[in-house]
Amino acid sequence: MPANLSARLCSLLLSLLLIAFALPAFAGPFEDAVAKFANDDYSDTEEAIGVVASSGNRLAFPIISALQDGRLMADPDSKKVYVTGADGKSIDAATGQAVASVPDSASAVRLNNRLRRSVDAAIGSLTLQSPDIGARLQAAQSVFKSHEETSLEAVDGALAKETNRSVKAALGDARAAILLFKSDATEVEKLEAVATIKARGDQEAMALLTGMGDQPASVTKAAASAIGSIQSSLAVWSMVQNAWYGLSLGSVLLLAAIGLAITFGVMGVINMAHGEMVMIGAYTTFVVQEVIRTRYPGLFDYSLLIAVPLAFLVAGALGVVIERSIIRFLYGRPLETLLATWGLSLVLQQAVRTMFGPTNREVGNPSWMSGAFELGQITITYNRLWILVFTLAVFAILLAMLRYTALGLEMRAVTQNRRMAASMGIATSRVDALTFGLGSGIAGIAGVALSQIDNVSPNLGQSYIIDSFMVVVFGGVGNLWGTLVGAFTLGIANKFLEPVAGAVLGKIAILVLIILFIQKRPRGLFALKGRAVEA
Amino acid sequence: MTPHMLTRSLDRGATIFLAVVAACGILIPLSNLLLPAGSFLQVPTYLVALWGKYVCYAILALSIDLIWGYCGILSLGHGAFFALGGYAMGMYLMRQIGSRGVYGNPILPDFMVFLNYSKLPWYWYGFDMFWFAALMVLIVPGLLAFCFGWLAFRSRVTGVYLSIITQAMTYALLLAFFRNDFGFGGNNGMTDFKDILGFNVQAEGTRAALFALSCVALIAGFLICRAIVSSKLGKVLIAVRDAESRTRFLGYRVESYKLFVFTVSACMAGVAGALYVPQVGIINPSEFAPGNSIEAVIWVAVGGRGTLVGAALGAVVVNYAKTFFTSGMLAPYWLFMLGAMFILVTLLLPKGIVGTFNAWWDQSKEKRTAATIASAAAEDGVTEPKMAE
Repeated sequence: MPANLSARLCSLLLSLLLIAFALPAFAGPFEDAVAKFANDDYSDTEEAIGVVASSGNRLAFPIISALQDGRLMADPDSKKVYVTGADGKSIDAATGQAVASVPDSASAVRLNNRLRRSVDAAIGSLTLQSPDIGARLQAAQSVFKSHEETSLEAVDGALAKETNRSVKAALGDARAAILLFKSDATEVEKLEAVATIKARGDQEAMALLTGMGDQPASVTKAAASAIGSIQSSLAVWSMVQNAWYGLSLGSVLLLAAIGLAITFGVMGVINMAHGEMVMIGAYTTFVVQEVIRTRYPGLFDYSLLIAVPLAFLVAGALGVVIERSIIRFLYGRPLETLLATWGLSLVLQQAVRTMFGPTNREVGNPSWMSGAFELGQITITYNRLWILVFTLAVFAILLAMLRYTALGLEMRAVTQNRRMAASMGIATSRVDALTFGLGSGIAGIAGVALSQIDNVSPNLGQSYIIDSFMVVVFGGVGNLWGTLVGAFTLGIANKFLEPVAGAVLGKIAILVLIILFIQKRPRGLFALKGRAVEA
Repeated sequence: MTPHMLTRSLDRGATIFLAVVAACGILIPLSNLLLPAGSFLQVPTYLVALWGKYVCYAILALSIDLIWGYCGILSLGHGAFFALGGYAMGMYLMRQIGSRGVYGNPILPDFMVFLNYSKLPWYWYGFDMFWFAALMVLIVPGLLAFCFGWLAFRSRVTGVYLSIITQAMTYALLLAFFRNDFGFGGNNGMTDFKDILGFNVQAEGTRAALFALSCVALIAGFLICRAIVSSKLGKVLIAVRDAESRTRFLGYRVESYKLFVFTVSACMAGVAGALYVPQVGIINPSEFAPGNSIEAVIWVAVGGRGTLVGAALGAVVVNYAKTFFTSGMLAPYWLFMLGAMFILVTLLLPKGIVGTFNAWWDQSKEKRTAATIASAAAEDGVTEPKMAE
């Protein structure tokens, strides 16, 4: 041990000598500031952060970010400071030269909460100049949040150079936020700042204005009116948001219920296995994507376009088989139909569970369905938007089909008066099978869309069956428009109740309301009139 | 098939049924308690609890048959009444735990301590007394059924619509009971019961007594249902089932009859649930799942709708099959079998086991009678004119 100790003492002496020799040669404001990190004194560290951040030196960002992560090592003996990288390599903070190893006597520069704030602010202003637009935008936003006076210079500098419109706006907001909190800013500057922040108009702007502390009377007044207007605009936006969520939920409900509106609404068949048709559509999507993933990865973006007709065919064909083998024996016995199709739903669920396993299967979003865009203060995701569009398209096609095609005409004839339709030469049993197949096929299409927003598991269908029945019953049986109105009414009502009552209580409230509503109008919102009703 | 013959065949079935249930209710507990463990004729305790469960299901099936078989009301939410009765009993059992819980709070059940309740919610008052809990077992499901039925039947919600809103009702209750802040233990429900009326719930004697009590309740429920359906009121119920509008035009207040029988049925389901909970040892919101209620309907369909005996028989047969198949290698196929049972019974056996048997019995009896008459006539040398069916 003594040998080792003497060797270390020697090296220490040597390094001290070196420093004594080297210091005068390097001394500049940046190097001086860097050396201050080694003093282990909070006020020295703060000073150093300020100088380094505003130095414009290329090492400024690595130093400050190392400080933030506790990777800035300072040796109190040699007054040397090192930046250790995440990869274990270290550089000398003052010169940027790589060093073999950081001496054992060095320890991480300590921070307290006040310093951490100035580190964050310094990082914010340092990244304001980053070449990456996203990083600049984020930096401007973080300056807006921290609004440290020290960042003002950096923001002004960045603002002068900035060309991107959204980053410029964010920088303007950040500047306004700094001015608002700057004690020596003029009243005019502050009033301008309030106006800028008011124009921003979101939750953060309001938080900034409410928390700005002592200000001249005119500024306080302007801020108060700005808060008022932001509040009312936010209230409007939250209404818009709820309405959008409601529309989105409504489209999902409609999608799940359209098929049921055909089988239950038009044919009067209670198909408790309807949800399983939706599930089969979702699993068809899964299989299509699996095949594409393994064989033709380039086609992934078209997977849903391929899955839609396939799901329609699979579920539709299954529907025809079910109608021919089970349901046709049970016409006129609605309660028995209900039980038999419930049994069928158990069989289908278990079959899928046996084939694909009980766990959720992963169905991916194609690129055109992922992501979101901002509309004012709300965010709209593309998948929800596409589902809304898709639902309305399916609805329109179905309506047109029932109205303008021969099959549609026959379907309506059979459901309105079976015996007369048969007398006119319509093959009623064929029409029954096709109608049921159509309803099931549409459920399958719904499954393709729902696979994008829900878990694809054997229980997928069960979670929609009660809601779907509610929609059809609420909207009025035998009326597709009623289903449309019913779905969107329930969706929007649900989403407006949710913030007040919470998700589960909101849903319970909706169920109770529907139960009460059915008491009042037993045949739904848009009831069919006339003799057909009693049949 | 004349009404007279129908009643007679039912009477025979009823007598056999009552005798079998009474024999089980006496013999199974006695064999469990008196015979040495492991002996051939001794019924092990776990089987006593299992069969006790079946008997409770049979009571539930009876209550469904009363409204579905005799009044045409298909309730897909009867599991809710069953579960409410079970929860009322569960609340009593929870209060009996007292300071023996994990947290040792003398008043608050464990889950309330866990969820930081400072005092007992008002709706838990009184459940430390058995008579109050027993009353609630009848009142809570009865009241819910009364309110629900009053609204539904008055506005003439019938058939499939009624089925769907009963399903929505049990679904809403399922969601509500899953919530922790609802005050009924959230998704864990209530369990770890200690004793009932001072007797240890786990003890063999208590289990045997509970089984015997369940059999008594089944017999009582059966007699009540029989009394209802064979009375004048029962005739009106059957009329409502077969032609509701016609019955109304004849001057009967259909909704009052339906409301009465629906409420009675809900109370019976509540009693079944209350007997079920101490034997199974747990009650949780999954009892409200719509699937359970529909499964109970299929018991009735399998056994024979509108026969009472068949409902109870169906409950026992289907649940025995469920226990048998879900415990062996065939477990993954049980849902296939259950599903197929739903489909095949509705397609091929619409009258159920007992209904089909009765029809066959009556038919063969008719043939025998006809044969006797024919041979008698042949002896007398007189031919009787054939009666039109």
